[in-house]
Amino acid sequence: MSDSLVGKSILRKEDHRFVTGKGRYTDDIQQVGMTWGAFVRSPYARADIKQFDTTAALAAPGVVAVLTGEDVTADGLGGLPCGWMIHSKDGSEMRQPHHPVMAGDRVNYLGEPVALVIADSRLEAKNAAEMVLVDYEPLTAVVDPALASESDTLYDAVPNNLCYEWGLGDEGATEAGLANAAHVTTLELTNNRLIPNAIEPRAALAEYNSGTDEIVLHTTSQNPHLVRLIMTAFVQIAPEHKLRVIAPDVGGGFGSKIFVYSEETALAWAAKKLGLTIKWTAERSESFLTDAHGRDHVSVAQLALSAEGEFLALKVKTVANMGAYLSTFASSVPTYLYGTLLAGQYRTPAIYVEVDSVFTNTAPVDAYRGAGRPEATYLLERIVEKAAVEMSIDPAELRRRNFIGKDQFPYQTPVALEYDIGDYEASLEKALAMADYESFAERKKPAAGLGKLRGIGLSCYIEACGLAPSQVAGALGAGVGLWESGEVRVNPTGSVTVLTGSHSHGQGHETTFAQLVADRLGLPIDDVEVVHGDTGKLDFGLGTYGSRSLAVGGSALSVAADKVVEKARKIAAHLLRTEVDNIEFDAPVFKMIDSNESKTFQEIAFAAYVNHDYPSDELEPGLAEKAFYDPLNFTYPAGTHICEVEIDPDTGVVEIVQFVAVDDFGTIINPMIVEGQVHGGLAQGIGQALLERALYDDSGQLVTGSYMDYCMPRADNFPDFKVDMTCTPCTHNPVGAKGCGEAGAIGSPPAVMNAVIDALGGADLDMPATPEKVWRAAQRLDLKKIA
Amino acid sequence: METIELNINGRKRTVHCLANATLVEVLREQFQLTGTHVGCDTSQCGACTVHVNGDAVKACTLLAARLNDATITTIEGLAQNEASHPMQKAFNECHGLQCGFCTPGMIMSAVDLVSKGGADSPAAIREGLSGNICRCTGYQNIVAAVVQGAAEMQEQSS
Amino acid sequence: MYQFKLHNVNDVASAIDVFERSDDAVYIAGGHTLIPAMKQRLSAPEDLIDLSGIPELDLIQVDGEVLQIGAMATHAMVAASSHVQSHSPAVADLAGGIGDRQVRYKGTLGGSLANNDPAADYPAAVLALGASVVTDRRTLAADDFFIAMFETALEEGEIIQAVRFPQVDQAVYLKFPNPASRYAMVGVMLARRDQEVRVAITGAAASVFRASTFEAALSENFAVSSIEDLTLAPDTLNADMHASAEYRAHLCKVLIERAIRAMSAG
Repeated sequence: MSDSLVGKSILRKEDHRFVTGKGRYTDDIQQVGMTWGAFVRSPYARADIKQFDTTAALAAPGVVAVLTGEDVTADGLGGLPCGWMIHSKDGSEMRQPHHPVMAGDRVNYLGEPVALVIADSRLEAKNAAEMVLVDYEPLTAVVDPALASESDTLYDAVPNNLCYEWGLGDEGATEAGLANAAHVTTLELTNNRLIPNAIEPRAALAEYNSGTDEIVLHTTSQNPHLVRLIMTAFVQIAPEHKLRVIAPDVGGGFGSKIFVYSEETALAWAAKKLGLTIKWTAERSESFLTDAHGRDHVSVAQLALSAEGEFLALKVKTVANMGAYLSTFASSVPTYLYGTLLAGQYRTPAIYVEVDSVFTNTAPVDAYRGAGRPEATYLLERIVEKAAVEMSIDPAELRRRNFIGKDQFPYQTPVALEYDIGDYEASLEKALAMADYESFAERKKPAAGLGKLRGIGLSCYIEACGLAPSQVAGALGAGVGLWESGEVRVNPTGSVTVLTGSHSHGQGHETTFAQLVADRLGLPIDDVEVVHGDTGKLDFGLGTYGSRSLAVGGSALSVAADKVVEKARKIAAHLLRTEVDNIEFDAPVFKMIDSNESKTFQEIAFAAYVNHDYPSDELEPGLAEKAFYDPLNFTYPAGTHICEVEIDPDTGVVEIVQFVAVDDFGTIINPMIVEGQVHGGLAQGIGQALLERALYDDSGQLVTGSYMDYCMPRADNFPDFKVDMTCTPCTHNPVGAKGCGEAGAIGSPPAVMNAVIDALGGADLDMPATPEKVWRAAQRLDLKKIA
Repeated sequence: METIELNINGRKRTVHCLANATLVEVLREQFQLTGTHVGCDTSQCGACTVHVNGDAVKACTLLAARLNDATITTIEGLAQNEASHPMQKAFNECHGLQCGFCTPGMIMSAVDLVSKGGADSPAAIREGLSGNICRCTGYQNIVAAVVQGAAEMQEQSS
Repeated sequence: MYQFKLHNVNDVASAIDVFERSDDAVYIAGGHTLIPAMKQRLSAPEDLIDLSGIPELDLIQVDGEVLQIGAMATHAMVAASSHVQSHSPAVADLAGGIGDRQVRYKGTLGGSLANNDPAADYPAAVLALGASVVTDRRTLAADDFFIAMFETALEEGEIIQAVRFPQVDQAVYLKFPNPASRYAMVGVMLARRDQEVRVAITGAAASVFRASTFEAALSENFAVSSIEDLTLAPDTLNADMHASAEYRAHLCKVLIERAIRAMSAG
């Protein structure tokens, strides 16, 4: 095939089933004779459980069984572990409280499950769940992370509620930089707590077959193998080979479906214990209470600059809220996914960051789209913009002066990472041109004439994706390797089944991965089918998170496809009675270099399985190859986002009048899908900046427990975004891709806030910039001066 | 137990359900029409949007037993005599969906919006879809899809 | 939702009869407030009386100077009605901005009024326009109808049949929606008939209310300048995570000013 499939906006293969209602999500699956589970949840943020009384519930119509936290303890189930060990500055290990599958003696957050009621129908299960009597003795809740270390101790083994006190960088050099600075900019800020809100609520369907002793768990997961590993190796509900985890169509994740939760674990355990098939689907109110929340940092930072605006040092102190327990990857988010990104796109020579992670009586907090990197970018790009204003240097110019130059790669930052490649100025200049940055003043003036405050803000972000290499990650505390598996299985007729350990829940892998493999093998894309999300079909895989799927999972497939070609060359050599070295692959044809003879891919595939004169002593039959790809480094997507807003000072309403995103994701397989990922990320990032906030009251009750109060972005909250790309291909993976899933959510919040703050003449404002906050800030302005 | 007659996607159906069964429960659990989804419990996300007697409504907030003799169209019944409805095709061609969970409700709302004449500008489309929440797409491609789907629906009806 | 008994009735008298024989009955119209509350188990009636089978409760007609909207008319019907658009365009606008598209096909005027949610839109129109609420047993003036949060002058079992809107010279409804729920965080309806100006405010307090000082000033001189020095006292207004009482008071005034400008321009 002459036309490359790579770089084409091929329409998604998976769409037909979704637009016709034929997608198959976990809750869509019904089994004859299945039962329903309903959880009994703590109405308190913190309380001792004195006693369970399940008598009435057990007597209720349709009820099959009631299991409580006491049964979890009696069965000796392990706790839900956190997969990343962080060491404090003094070398001590992080403190990890026992995270029970269901609480039996103490509840630590509102909505924590304490019992599971199983009944013949959903309604009966829910009715009976209300009849489980739990005698609680409420305790004072610790809610505010900033005060957590001085509050009541939640766990005996966790003094001051401190999970760890982590640090990274050279403290001495940083202090010296601050001492010698011509100017120091100081900024205190909060990164608001968010609730991920994938539109498909979490769900599980657990089936147990006593004949084979196997549990099959259909569940809403971004990484089914990890679910299987944790449920078997750690919680120990069954041997690993007796649990099959299937993540069918999954309706969005954004991080929240990476983690292994109480409910799905309890369901699988109960199915086996009781010999039942049980389904549970979260109601949205349950999702609000128990899906891992995101962000929730309180920070103070100082940026030291020379008189010319050269960054000399950055010092950051952050308190990160872990919630009540350590969720699956929680500990890594405010450390290795945050502190390591504080160099941003700049040459800042000295950086020191300290992070205290604390426990509170709130839902566990873990990775949410961007995970640590949005928090780093928000802090850095806010303080850079503030410094520019304080020093009267144009914010774009200040950034330009401090960029790592495109000829300075590879670049070792003072916070552990080595950037392989980038061209930050290219993205900045393109974004400035698209936003017509130079003529902003000409737009500000007429807006002021209409009584509107217009502001513009920049954000030059970097992220680290495709977490890797395993060896380095392991040295930093990762509990698992961070490679990915892939298999390219050629069928006898020449069609191809691609198996990946990554998981698609909206990202379009079934198209992108098919495109990648079809391109390598010179096949029509419709001949390539992508299979994912089933531990019964695939090799161990690590799933989808951290914008890793193409950079790591796609690289595995690239390597596997190369292996297929190598094997096929051998088969071709046999069929053409020549040496392997005399065969070249001109996709999709295997040609003899020194003659016109050739074999098509289909002929090779057929021969691999059905030939009768196959040289089995020299060559194994079959044509299927796997690869486990372990990246050599992180990938470093980067770019510039520019936001322009207009504020109505009378009401405080912020309107985004323009949003420009220019991103460098390296090689792009499908531009349409990549742009879609950017759009979605921007909506979540802008949502964080202007609309979204998870709020607990002082007693630990969730104030924002539904869409009535948690403000979800809707279609009329946004303008059309202007999105474009630059490209420096990743130097160390075979695809050249860097990852695009999180960039929008990382780059946009500071761009929006910088624009709002610019419009408000430098007001001190935290996210979300709600109308009332903005109105109050506008009240303090001398509006005539701004205009 | 209540007994009602419904016309669902062109087929007459007799439905036996409890008085407190919602339409979405009946569609999903009795008729395996699982393309209609449930994304919230406060009638806001719109994932359950279906057409009842020609209007886009939230099936999670309707008691099935009150709908005797109603004509129901779900995402599965939207396309008639064709592989897909122009709006379904437009969502694919404009990349108006990612995870697909909100998509059926979004498409049912969009078809209603267009057929009632409310989709004459991108701003009107954005306002008209404010009863449907999508967490994946940032809405931009959904709006593009509705613009394209509207044009094709008009072409088809003229 | 808990279990309940559903009653289909064909006339108002039977509806009341069922109500009176039940210990715990609720009428259901569009159900878009009641069903979510029942799903969350915040409401658990034993008997649900379906009013949708009663003929002619959704009629919209103009009778001389009076616009009569049936209690079961949906927001979509009201928004699209040529009678409403020509007689009381502000009411059509208001109805077209309630909730979202799907909700407007089901939610009804009667349901909204009977519930008297502090953040509902319709009460502002009924109060500002000086409408009267016609029930199965009497006609209630708007000023006597809204009592307190979720509380009206309706007696046990009393059914709203229609609302009669008098003709006014001009009216405008402006809403500042709660960004999350899209209910009115503040909603202001201004109506003018001859020299009399009425100002009704919803969303801001426990129940819809008339801003009497603003009315007096505007009846004297219908201009932004005449309310310059007036304020709403925040101490009786709602405060929540979305808006303090002070901010609500400020928004009310901003919306009143904007309504005055819109009416002066139009």
